[in-house]
Amino acid sequence: MIKQNPQRKHIRDDKLPHFFCPGCGCGQVLNYFLRAVDEENINLDEMVTIGGVGCTARIPVYLKTDTLHGVHGRTLAWATGIKLHKPEIPIVIFAGDGDLASIGGNHFIHAARRNLDVTVILVNNLNFAMTGGQVAPSTPSELKTMTAPYGNKEPDFDICKLAIAAGATYVSRWTTDRPNQVIKGIKDAMKHKGFSLIEIISQCPTHFGRYALDSGNPQVLLDWIKDLTLTKTQADKLTAQEQKGKFIIGEFIKEDKPVYTGSSVYKEACQ
Amino acid sequence: MMAVYIDQEICKGCEICVHYCPKNVLEMAADVNKRGFNYSSVVRPEDCIQCKLCEKMCPDLAIYVEKE
Repeated sequence: MIKQNPQRKHIRDDKLPHFFCPGCGCGQVLNYFLRAVDEENINLDEMVTIGGVGCTARIPVYLKTDTLHGVHGRTLAWATGIKLHKPEIPIVIFAGDGDLASIGGNHFIHAARRNLDVTVILVNNLNFAMTGGQVAPSTPSELKTMTAPYGNKEPDFDICKLAIAAGATYVSRWTTDRPNQVIKGIKDAMKHKGFSLIEIISQCPTHFGRYALDSGNPQVLLDWIKDLTLTKTQADKLTAQEQKGKFIIGEFIKEDKPVYTGSSVYKEACQ
Repeated sequence: MMAVYIDQEICKGCEICVHYCPKNVLEMAADVNKRGFNYSSVVRPEDCIQCKLCEKMCPDLAIYVEKE
């Protein structure tokens, strides 16, 4: 008799194997999230998880939580609605870089500005993976993708800096090859009261690896990410020019600010 | 004695567990499962140090490391 991973009790029945490609970082993030939930004894029945469109947005589909899955980039608009009606429900949003930084960029900055009490898990796989590996706002410069065969000439987006500038109160960035840090980061983000963003740099062997690194091997991608990773302490000692093109990881901000609860007019009308 | 269980039917053969195991406990099997993926298998269970890196990093939730 093969004993199964105890985290699988949180997965909907008969949903495994999931739809992610072999070696995909989204599967790893699903594993890390379940582990964080298990270690903190959080009841998934009382939680709402939201996914938009994209590979990452498929993660909530497998969880035994109340789940919304639908319009591209509008995860935070839905979260705002739920949070204003029932502020006691914890909300976790799984969004990819295309979902959150590209099409849903405006919802993202305004939710951060209002300090809405949600946890956003951003899985940044550096391209638009579900549609075939097109260049995304987060694709590093000079790397090839399907729609940039001579290299991406645009500068890339630092989503953590954007969130801090917009007013998010918890922001951290990790990579999928550091499981313990990611699990701790997810736990901290879920415990934090206010807008918390955890960005996880992830590997996409099928599309990003194939075009940018000429390899569909997830280990090649994980090693590439590992070589480009700098911790916040290491990066502080370097100049801006030396930090260019690196993934700086760590916890960037953690502060307490008043949480957005909306107008009281609607709540009084409901009572 | 340590026990590492691998659910071979949901393994997709990405080899992340083989790559990250610090003691080379795991290796890819020569056989394929019913979905056609070359799955990973335990070859040196006595070397396992219970770091659980394979269980934590498996994208398919296929591995379980049981502590004695």
